[in-house]
Amino acid sequence: MKVCQLGAAELYRSLRNSGIRIRTGPFVCHLQSPLPAVAEGVETFYQDFTCEPEGFADFYLQLVRPRNVHRFWRPQVTCYLNGDSPFSPLPSDQAFAAFESLLNWSIYKTTYSYLIIHGACVERNGYAAILTAPPGSGKSTLCAALVSRGWRLLTDELTLLAPESGSISPLARPISLKNDAIDVLREYAPRETFGAKIYHTVKGTIAHMRPPAESVRRMHDCAVPGWLIFPKYVAKAPTKTALLPKGQAFMRLSSGLVNYAVLGARGFEALTRLIDRANCFSFSYSDLDDAVAWFDELEPPRQSAAG
Amino acid sequence: MQLDPLIERALVHPESLAQLNISQWDRLIASARRLGLLARIQALLAERGSLEAVPPQPRLHLDSARLVADNEQRIMRWEIGRIGRALSDLSKPVIFLKGAAYLLAGLPLARGRISSDIDILVDKADLAAVERLLLEHGWEHLKIDEYDQYYYRAWSHELPPLRHRERYTTIDVHHTILPPTGRCHPDPKKLLAEAVALEGSNYKILAPADMVLHSAAHAFQDGDLVHGLRDLVDLDDLLRYHAAETDFWDRLLRRGVELDLARPLYYALRYSRSLLHTPVPRDVMEEAERFAPVKLACLIMDRLVGHAVNDRLSGAPGLLKTVAAWTLYMRQHWLRMPPWLLACHLLHQMWRPQKLRTRLG
Repeated sequence: MKVCQLGAAELYRSLRNSGIRIRTGPFVCHLQSPLPAVAEGVETFYQDFTCEPEGFADFYLQLVRPRNVHRFWRPQVTCYLNGDSPFSPLPSDQAFAAFESLLNWSIYKTTYSYLIIHGACVERNGYAAILTAPPGSGKSTLCAALVSRGWRLLTDELTLLAPESGSISPLARPISLKNDAIDVLREYAPRETFGAKIYHTVKGTIAHMRPPAESVRRMHDCAVPGWLIFPKYVAKAPTKTALLPKGQAFMRLSSGLVNYAVLGARGFEALTRLIDRANCFSFSYSDLDDAVAWFDELEPPRQSAAG
Repeated sequence: MQLDPLIERALVHPESLAQLNISQWDRLIASARRLGLLARIQALLAERGSLEAVPPQPRLHLDSARLVADNEQRIMRWEIGRIGRALSDLSKPVIFLKGAAYLLAGLPLARGRISSDIDILVDKADLAAVERLLLEHGWEHLKIDEYDQYYYRAWSHELPPLRHRERYTTIDVHHTILPPTGRCHPDPKKLLAEAVALEGSNYKILAPADMVLHSAAHAFQDGDLVHGLRDLVDLDDLLRYHAAETDFWDRLLRRGVELDLARPLYYALRYSRSLLHTPVPRDVMEEAERFAPVKLACLIMDRLVGHAVNDRLSGAPGLLKTVAAWTLYMRQHWLRMPPWLLACHLLHQMWRPQKLRTRLG
């Protein structure tokens, strides 16, 4: 059953009481929260996701009001993952953003079946373009722009690379836009659904974009890595791209991986294979139309048809 | 006093987990995670060849936990080498305790065990030299305030914890295994005298009986049993492993008295046997009964341990659990220091800001 089929009243009631199980790609997340901001967020951004009636949940998440003065004065939200609270309480108007971070944290900290690349990923004709760069480089902006122009959203924040098969498993969760990118995207993609701005988070102002229904419907279709792109937004600069030598791409990618060391040799081999298969580019942009046009012209990598 | 039946099955009859339905797996994984036993259960299933029967979703979490534990052990092995090298000028063997010792000795309980800190034991006379050598080789004092520094040096059984400035690994340097201010006074000289050298290295570990007694002391004399079940699993493993040696049980009982650790030994045998079915011979148990506290204390302890070994979120939440945890916390402090020191320490802890509180509790 889809989240939207529950109906708002039932969704709010379930979230408040026993919680609901939302499937996102390979994972099921059990979410329980009495906070309206969380329920609103789930209603808006997860409407097309499947709600599992019962069974196994990978993560038990709870977002609740703390039992202290912050229940009333400067209300806060406390996050729990499997009964433990991994970070300090946040202002309660950030509750939905807190849920998104908590889910990212859960995937990072408890699952080691994928090599996790911090970055967005979109797909077209079976090939995935991984967009990875330090925070603030404009990954999510580019990802949202591409998705609004027909690319399939695989993920905005965590790219899951299966070490053995080398394919990428989608999560299809909402895209989180930051600061100036929010208004840029609202103008660039007026037909997409955006949430209200959430101010003063650790990443500044955040607003989410709803994943297209088609991307959510296909969340179990994995994709072959086609391109590994290191984007950088440079104000007012023209689009500039350069093919990156494989060695350089390897070093740039491996330096930012969180669970790479834990996977050991398997992680190294998975990464090597990814770099071997994908065409690697550095990419700086400011004009979204121009950037999307460049992506639309990308040639599939040659050797990957065989691999 | 009993274990959650699912956790008991996982630890005592892991092969029977193949029959669990997915909702039971769901509950087991959540509880085992909170108890810190996921990697352990994975290791038990792997040993018995029963992993294949685990459905893919719980399997993912078991395997993930094992990968993390294995990685920690890889780091620990490396760290042991670094410590050995840093202390080579001491020209005395270094005695590794707990997790590091299990790993070095290749004990079966090392598999799937999570522990990140390294503990070593040195002669009190060498304490200053060891600290100096570690500081010279890149370890530094954790940023703790003057009171903590003072507390460790004046009253505790170890140096203030040292952390390596590049690798962020922590080492606890002990000169004895329990706080000298506490109720039991195991003589560290006796522990050092019987420590066993490991072949081909300058490392030593405690003798088998002493290793069990240290684990028992750690669980029942010096801790508040927050990792109650994990501690018991260690004890159960150690007892099963060493039971094969001749005279082990007699030595254990004798050594318990010699080292002034008879009471914690009694608790260890009692709870390991009743909760994890450790094969403690009947006559050994009868002998150990001599070390039991009075009946009422034993009843209270049963209740406290019963709470401590179970997942705090399973079953009904309630006042009793909170009371049990608080009582264990107070008991730990009570056993650790005489009343006047305890009063001063707790008063001091009350006045300081929350964020400055360290692991002294």
